[in-house]
Amino acid sequence: MNGLNANIPEGALEDKWSNFKEKAKLVNPANRQKMEVIVVGTGLAGASCAASLAEQGYRIKSFCFQDSARRAHSVAAQGGVNAAKNYKNDGDSVYRMFYDTIKGGDFRSREANVYRLAECSLALIDQSVAQGVPFAREYGGYLNNRSFGGVQVSRTFYARGQTGQQLLLGAYQALMRQESLGKVKTYTRHEMLDLVLIDGKAKGIITRDLVTGEIERHAADAVVLATGGYGKIYYLSTLAMGCNGSAIWRAHKKGALMSGVSWIQFHPTSLPQSGEQQSKLTLMSESLRNDGRIWVPLKDGEQREAGLIPEEERDYYLERRYPAFGNLSPRDISSRAAKERIDAGFGVGPMKNAVYLDFSRAIKAQGKAKIKEKYSNLFTMYEKITGINAYEQPMLISPAAHFTMGGLWVDYQLMTSIQGLFALGEANFSDHGANRLGANSLLQACVDGYFIAPYTIPNYLADELKAERIKTSHPAFDEAEAQVKAKLQQLMESKGNFSVDHFHKTLGKLLYDKCGLSRSKEGLQQAIEDIKALRNKFYTDLKITGDEHLNSELEKAGRVADYLELGELMCLDALQREESCGAHFREEYQTADGEAVRDDEHYAYVSAWEWKGENEQHVLHKEPLTFERVSLTVRSYK
Amino acid sequence: MKLNLKIWRQENASEKGRLVDYQLDGVTTHMSFLEMMDMLNQQLIEKGERTIEFDHDCREGICGQCGMMINGRAHGPLANTTTCQLHMRSFKDGETIYVEPFRSSAFTVLRDLKVDRGSFDRIIQAGGFISAATGQAPEANSIPIAHETAEAAFDAAACIGCGACVATCKNSSAALFTAAKVVHLAILPQGKLETAKRVDAMVQQMDAEGFGHCSNTEACEVECPQGISVLHIARFNFLYHQSRLMSKT
Repeated sequence: MNGLNANIPEGALEDKWSNFKEKAKLVNPANRQKMEVIVVGTGLAGASCAASLAEQGYRIKSFCFQDSARRAHSVAAQGGVNAAKNYKNDGDSVYRMFYDTIKGGDFRSREANVYRLAECSLALIDQSVAQGVPFAREYGGYLNNRSFGGVQVSRTFYARGQTGQQLLLGAYQALMRQESLGKVKTYTRHEMLDLVLIDGKAKGIITRDLVTGEIERHAADAVVLATGGYGKIYYLSTLAMGCNGSAIWRAHKKGALMSGVSWIQFHPTSLPQSGEQQSKLTLMSESLRNDGRIWVPLKDGEQREAGLIPEEERDYYLERRYPAFGNLSPRDISSRAAKERIDAGFGVGPMKNAVYLDFSRAIKAQGKAKIKEKYSNLFTMYEKITGINAYEQPMLISPAAHFTMGGLWVDYQLMTSIQGLFALGEANFSDHGANRLGANSLLQACVDGYFIAPYTIPNYLADELKAERIKTSHPAFDEAEAQVKAKLQQLMESKGNFSVDHFHKTLGKLLYDKCGLSRSKEGLQQAIEDIKALRNKFYTDLKITGDEHLNSELEKAGRVADYLELGELMCLDALQREESCGAHFREEYQTADGEAVRDDEHYAYVSAWEWKGENEQHVLHKEPLTFERVSLTVRSYK
Repeated sequence: MKLNLKIWRQENASEKGRLVDYQLDGVTTHMSFLEMMDMLNQQLIEKGERTIEFDHDCREGICGQCGMMINGRAHGPLANTTTCQLHMRSFKDGETIYVEPFRSSAFTVLRDLKVDRGSFDRIIQAGGFISAATGQAPEANSIPIAHETAEAAFDAAACIGCGACVATCKNSSAALFTAAKVVHLAILPQGKLETAKRVDAMVQQMDAEGFGHCSNTEACEVECPQGISVLHIARFNFLYHQSRLMSKT
């Protein structure tokens, strides 16, 4: 373990990344083909990293659990990707973007990382356009932008409501190109089940072929985890059904520290839950808040349909509470404000669990055709799911678990506390602090994969060149494989009464209530006890049918087993941090009018948790956050 | 609602499959089709039976992983919808529903309703990309692209690779899938240069995978979740012939 040294390069904030690149070690082109890198995950971070390293000449093994690399959940991101191009000439700059991001994260991220993110955003747009990403254009042929929550400039590039899909296809096609050149071997329908360490360094993984059920060994000189976030822990979330925390959790149990574990963003504009069988909460892009106005009825017990409620009896609560940012207030604030109104009894819809997102004024001002051009796929999707035409009635929306700011602790080079193990994109904790700004997640995933890892991984590999190439016959692989097989057998042999989904839904409800949009000491303490009990029940009362070949129930069981441990750490992390910051809102720490109270004196640090073994208490390490450029202020959007 | 389901069960690629009858009660109209399948699977677990395997992931119509033939139609009775976006309000109480996998000789059935669509990845590998390595890109605004061109490229690029076009085609043709990628890249200035080589290689791969020829029935466009127009197939054919005509050999 390299302790908690973030390895921030010397120099002024603006020069750090250049300074690092100038001094980074290199591997001779002839030697690169001798070295192999495993990349787990084929979303924006994984695919871009795998393709970029392959272009340099390294041999890459790329893994995903889906049936094709193109299906990773980056595909579902709708709204856009930020870049400080300042094409709109509206006052944007790298510094402004850095400041917005660090403030948006409630001053709980590293200055150097965030500055680099903003700096590299410029090249990303160039790269994507070169790959053929059809971003929105103005009539003169130049790139168009729109605005997103938490900022006062227009810096978001978009491809209708399918920006994530288009960016991902660019990365996927780059990956497929390298596959055709023989530089990448992709393993689809494969799930990583363990990390293999040799002399403390990451040297391989154990996978399961999800079709045949075979357990396989893969060795490499470095391992990259780009496996996304774990928001699916709440069961109901905006994530894909297969999204999971298993790869990072299993790396955590091998020694990689986890940070910001309880910082989970609830997206303010998702569709509300409508029934017990529901499996997923569909996201409506935040970009809708550019033209939609959010409101609830002013009167208690309002029974009228939305269209019949006169203007003066509507409470546009975001415009009321946060006049400077209004409907474009950051996600954590918007979500909490919605929850506050819903909990106070002003929720709308059949389950009284939603608020209105109303386009009537925008349609009147801009015309239906313009709104259609901007958001047609979102309005169509809304109608498919709810049967409601949102051009005529307001949408019903509600907050839903969405993005995990937390993840594996990484240093400036995106290396975890395990040598040779890198974590990219949503799987790491690094750039978003306690709250992520809209359109920064696609950005971070791409920047990590295209522009950072291709410098920092070779910097690591340069020193590994002389090391012996590891064979999968090494005893460390025997041990890891035996553990994986024992765990699978334990799950297959459980002959209890309840399905995997039962445990997942129970855990999700528990976490949503106690470690969701708001948290309290008592609630978290209770949740920790409840999760322990649920975990015991899981191992005595789980029921899995089917065989050891293709078996979705077995796949889910492994992921839920990990969630039952990760959930407890989430609660512990939230309990330990006695302040409110970003997505982490502790009920004990708020102002009289319900705004978060941060405690910079005692909590301006990154919490990094170390696994000590089954049924042992996690150990907390602290990486102090020092701010040289920005001064810590109360994050006000009023 | 109460449903009679006839669902395709098949152990693996080498064994024969068959339709199996299931009765399901308590289905509500706002459930999605896949949530109905989840409900059935929970009942199978209670009975100790192996669950029905089907592909799905994002459940918001964009990842392209889900796909079933429902009453003989790819993704079910609605036009331009993925299976995950289909809701039970599209069915009647007491209805009998046939559920089968997407069938094509280029899509092997893995188990029950899961098929292998790796052939699509191989078509993209053959040339469905622009050869622009990381770091080579010029400033994004240095090549203006007309608004209409960008929008047209997007229309083609929107393909989610689900395979409904193949499953619904009587020839199992992958023409719409391949055309969408060829046209997306050909109409952008960044992708134009490689068009001839790309279209040739992708057509060869399409044939090698065992996909059939397009006979212009236009069935694919009806089922395409992104409503990708068959006009792209016409453009694709044009580009293919152009590449043959202009090639040196």
